[in-house]
Amino acid sequence: MNYIKLLLLIPIIGFLGFLPYANKIEPYVLGMPFLLFWVALWMIVASITLFIVYRFDPENQGSDVK
Amino acid sequence: MNIALIIIFAALILALFLGIQARKGKDMDMEQFAVGGRGFGTLFVFLLIAGEIYTTFTFLGGSGWAYSKGAAAYYVPAYIFLAYVLSYWFVPKIWRYSKENSIISQPDYFASKFNSKAMGMIVAVLGSLALVPYIVIQLKGLGIIVSEASYGAIPPVAASVIGAIVVTTYVMISGIHGSAWTAIIKDFLIIVVVIFLGLYIPFHYFGGIKPMFESVQSIKPEMLTLADQGLSQSWFISTVLLNAIGFYLLPQTFMVVLTSNGEKTLRKNAIVLPLYTLLLLFIFFIGFSAIIQIPGLQGADGDLSLLRLSVETFDPWIIGIIGAAGLLTALVPASVMLMAASVGLTNSFYKVLVPKASDKQLLVVSRIIIISLSIIALIITIKGGNALAILNIMSYSLIVQLAPGLFFTLSNNHWINKNGAIAGIIIGVLVVAYVTISGVKLSTFWPNVPHVINDISTGAIALMLNLCVTILVSFITKGEAVSGKFKKIKGASKVS
Repeated sequence: MNYIKLLLLIPIIGFLGFLPYANKIEPYVLGMPFLLFWVALWMIVASITLFIVYRFDPENQGSDVK
Repeated sequence: MNIALIIIFAALILALFLGIQARKGKDMDMEQFAVGGRGFGTLFVFLLIAGEIYTTFTFLGGSGWAYSKGAAAYYVPAYIFLAYVLSYWFVPKIWRYSKENSIISQPDYFASKFNSKAMGMIVAVLGSLALVPYIVIQLKGLGIIVSEASYGAIPPVAASVIGAIVVTTYVMISGIHGSAWTAIIKDFLIIVVVIFLGLYIPFHYFGGIKPMFESVQSIKPEMLTLADQGLSQSWFISTVLLNAIGFYLLPQTFMVVLTSNGEKTLRKNAIVLPLYTLLLLFIFFIGFSAIIQIPGLQGADGDLSLLRLSVETFDPWIIGIIGAAGLLTALVPASVMLMAASVGLTNSFYKVLVPKASDKQLLVVSRIIIISLSIIALIITIKGGNALAILNIMSYSLIVQLAPGLFFTLSNNHWINKNGAIAGIIIGVLVVAYVTISGVKLSTFWPNVPHVINDISTGAIALMLNLCVTILVSFITKGEAVSGKFKKIKGASKVS
């Protein structure tokens, strides 16, 4: 088990866990009502998290299994 | 013949051409046909998995949900990006096991993991049951898109039939290669169309994204947040989690995973795909704009909001391009679905009945199944009816019942056995079928149940029961096996 993969829990828990606090229209961010911005924000955070995990995951060192 | 129709027709011909030429230079055997010889790199895998984001459901239903149900529509991109997060962890494991055991479809995978042909057959049938409504949705959507975009010149049924013939033709000739090649033009077109529409419409009518949302807020503020009951937060969270788990259990997504040329390809895709779901926001902008601009579409007609608003806004040649993009969003996913259902049925059903079938015969059989499935889907598309609506609601809930069987066997431990997994799947499927058909909710049994719990999706509840049954039955039958051995030893000692 490599612990770096535990980072993957961040987008899941962060996005859904704080949803009750994000279920509102104001403030608008980037022209979007807050809830829609919240969804968009976590898509980006998810992608960044995956990138970090990918970089540090020992399974990605060396060449791919062909 | 108007210009829109010419553009749509050109796209259809191009798709057919690309789909057929994809076969060039391939020695077609079952593995090549089903999973492209496991040779697809990052781009093809990306396009095929992303194909699942832009189906006709997204094109029509995504804007339609935003139009008629508001923020509840956010569940679509939400579950998709979480599915990608989860995929990083388990999808490479599926790929590796399949590669090592020459597995080319989902039923094969289950049959092999549980060492049970019965399991393979159950999964093949369940997968096909879940897929047919999906294929029907694509054909139906295709009919709607083409008939609207051709200003009614082509009736929906004719469009569905033509589309089905084209997709069946190139899938039979090129297999998954055909889907991959047509996916290239599809995604190119859809990106251009979605971003253009998603920005042009709010800016044209409202002067920007924010003013657009503000006018929605002034008329229907409830559209911009989740409701207190019904499509509430607990509905949202349970549906998002359930669909995120179910995403890679869909037979077509599962099969696309197997086309990859390596584990890294899959992991790299997991990084980029969440950003790709951002494109769905533009679809929502269109749906929300339509609330103000073309109010009054009732019920299922909400799905027409994107097309109706476009027809009011643009010249025919732009409508033609939108129609072409819509046509392709139907063809590509439909082709992968046809493949997945037919390969599963061929390998895990037909091959069990006729174990001596050669690879050549299997290819013939899988093509016959593809034709049969297309015809069945077309008949349902044309006839419609209640059965479809019910199957459609059930699809995701049904397929997600495979989750315990998949996740408990990822690492080769023996927590659950085939008895448990099969019993769990059957219970889960029965619960989903009963609840969907009879329309009961938890409040039917416990009238005082709070909304938070009552709104939890059916599939999630069925999955819980499934999980309990799976573990329980595995535990009991394991015990039996052990006590069986014990008795034998006892008996032996008696004799001596």
